[in-house]
Amino acid sequence: MRHTITVLVENEFGVLTRVAGLFSARGYNIESLNVAPIQDKTVSRMTIVTRGDERAIEQIKKQLNKLIPVIKVDDISHTVHLEREMLLVKVAASPESYNALLELADSFGAKVVDDHIDSHMILELTGKAQQLDEFLSRLSDFDVTAMTRTGPVGMRRDAKGFNLD
Amino acid sequence: MKLSGAEIVVECLKREGVDTIFGYPGGAVLQIYDAIFQQSHFKHYLVRHEQAALHAASGYARVSGKCGVALVTSGPGATNAVTGLADALADSTPLVCFSGQVTSALIGNDAFQEADVVGITRSATKHNFLVKRAEDLALIIRQAFHIATTGRPGPVLIDIPKDVSINICEFVWPEAVNMRSYQPVTQGHPGQIKKAVKAMLACQRPVIYSGGGIMNSVGSAALLRELSHSLNAPVTNTLMGLGGIPYDDPHFLGMLGMHGTYEANMAVSHCDLLVAVGSRFDDRVTGKLEAFAPDAKIIHIDIDPSSISKNIHAHLPIVGDVGVVLKQILEEIARKNGAPNADALALWWEQIAEWRAVDSLHFEQLPDAPIKPQRVIQAVHEITHGNAVVATDVGQHQMWAAQHYGFRKPHRWVTSGGLGTMGYGLPAGMGAQIAVPDERVVVFTGDASIQMCIQELATMYQYRLPIIIIILNNAYMGMVRQWQEMFYESRYSQSYFDSLPDFVKLAEAYRGTGLKVDHIEQLDSVLEQAFAIKNERFVLVDVAVSKEENVYPMVPAGAALNEMVLS
Repeated sequence: MRHTITVLVENEFGVLTRVAGLFSARGYNIESLNVAPIQDKTVSRMTIVTRGDERAIEQIKKQLNKLIPVIKVDDISHTVHLEREMLLVKVAASPESYNALLELADSFGAKVVDDHIDSHMILELTGKAQQLDEFLSRLSDFDVTAMTRTGPVGMRRDAKGFNLD
Repeated sequence: MKLSGAEIVVECLKREGVDTIFGYPGGAVLQIYDAIFQQSHFKHYLVRHEQAALHAASGYARVSGKCGVALVTSGPGATNAVTGLADALADSTPLVCFSGQVTSALIGNDAFQEADVVGITRSATKHNFLVKRAEDLALIIRQAFHIATTGRPGPVLIDIPKDVSINICEFVWPEAVNMRSYQPVTQGHPGQIKKAVKAMLACQRPVIYSGGGIMNSVGSAALLRELSHSLNAPVTNTLMGLGGIPYDDPHFLGMLGMHGTYEANMAVSHCDLLVAVGSRFDDRVTGKLEAFAPDAKIIHIDIDPSSISKNIHAHLPIVGDVGVVLKQILEEIARKNGAPNADALALWWEQIAEWRAVDSLHFEQLPDAPIKPQRVIQAVHEITHGNAVVATDVGQHQMWAAQHYGFRKPHRWVTSGGLGTMGYGLPAGMGAQIAVPDERVVVFTGDASIQMCIQELATMYQYRLPIIIIILNNAYMGMVRQWQEMFYESRYSQSYFDSLPDFVKLAEAYRGTGLKVDHIEQLDSVLEQAFAIKNERFVLVDVAVSKEENVYPMVPAGAALNEMVLS
């Protein structure tokens, strides 16, 4: 079962390694991991996507909590929440393919970030992972020369905050 | 007051109440050693290898109940210390280890004696720090001691670059430590306590299974015994928990697990309530998980939430300090004026008596036969009346000591349980003797184990530590040989030594006393002689024991606890 776990950690040297090391040392699966500071710059927020049965997930949460710089752990999978991911994709462009690429980007609501009709385009799309997958599969008719995804970030939809208190 | 980083280290150790540290100097810690030279608040013990510094600090911590402290240099000094850190992590021993690091500007440049020590020790410590500025040192040291000694205790490493130990700054002592990300729970949840007591008073076949947590929560052994008596419930101890209840208490079933007693393993297999107290359902304890305590409701008291329901599902988890929780439970029993089910317990004790009658630790020492290792342990128990502090290495001798020594009190048993570190015994025994200079310390070891830290005989002589070292010498790596006999058709691959040193001469070369026992009729008199020597030096007794003796009972790896091989 896929789980999305959000974690607040002290924004200090080595925290990412501790978290990543925990997953590899204990043999837990890690699908994606995203980390950046929140408004309070002493704190970072991670979104970890992992897979495992309930018992494994329970252990993952406990082991995360056991790391000294981890402040809070929340498994948002069973709550009403949203997840978003961003994709940057570089596609070779030519006068022949140019309009079709623009049309495809438009139909997915992707932003054209860089635009060279006789060289390449860079498209940016933010959405659910599934939308990104679909967009990429439609792009397979074109010459994709580079792509990168952030992995999902997630948040509960209710009014409840996720902060230090 | 302006101090150098090195002086801050010394000042902080003084303020933390440290009286003893173990270490080995080197380039990156010269500044700290210079500051140590000029102070008189604590005593530094010079070991002969950094691994021993950590094990000695561990032995010291386990016997004294205080935090062990070690100091090693950068690179090889720190990598040598890794085994000692991993050992302390597995056995929840509170340690703070300072390691030197190359000068900040050189970090990452493959400098002389540089290693990524924070990286290497990340998974061998409870937490570690790289100090970037002398100004940060005092707070980090304060946090390190706090982390090492609270919650589930463990080793913390502080890596100090040489320039940080030289730089001078204003010393500020943080009066309190408050870490928003680290707040261990000590009190048990009152609702869970109530439910636990209800289950304890309602059950018919209880077993209390206690572990090393009893040692870490100082004073909790007395509460454990009180609980056992008030519930009339039998108690079994893990290897780490020995001494949690006196060996001659009628409620004590002996150790459980792979080399546990028949009565302990059978009682756990047939109980209807298992109360785990500061123990973690290690695979050497449980055997086959599906067959472990199959009919029991399980109450698990532990300060580490990640130990609960990791291997065995706990029906009633209680997170907290075992001493605090035991007290809460006893208060709740008193409040309810509760009594256990006497009729059911009478039947249960009858059943236990039948299992006890099997006498699973029985051995026979014939007059002209080779010396039984079990007899050696028993003889030492007799001479010391069960009051010695006993340290061991790892293997058969360790299991025989666990089975046959018989402990009266907690904090008297110093062994490497979780990591199973051969080489632990000699240095841990040193740390123990330093913690309790007026008490008798005995190290049981094997002919293989002792050679893994044998250089520490020099340390023992230097500090005149009057430790009695007893080698159960079977000229084999006994436990390896036993497994090869049982599971590899007696193909003794690389488990035999045909070039053992003359241990008696070796002891004398290190300026201690060496004695030899070859025949059973010499055993008692040589031991008496050894224990009577009063010249402040160590005594090594090399006992030639029956070569192919096996440790029984034994639950083969992966088998259920009730599938014991008795002989």
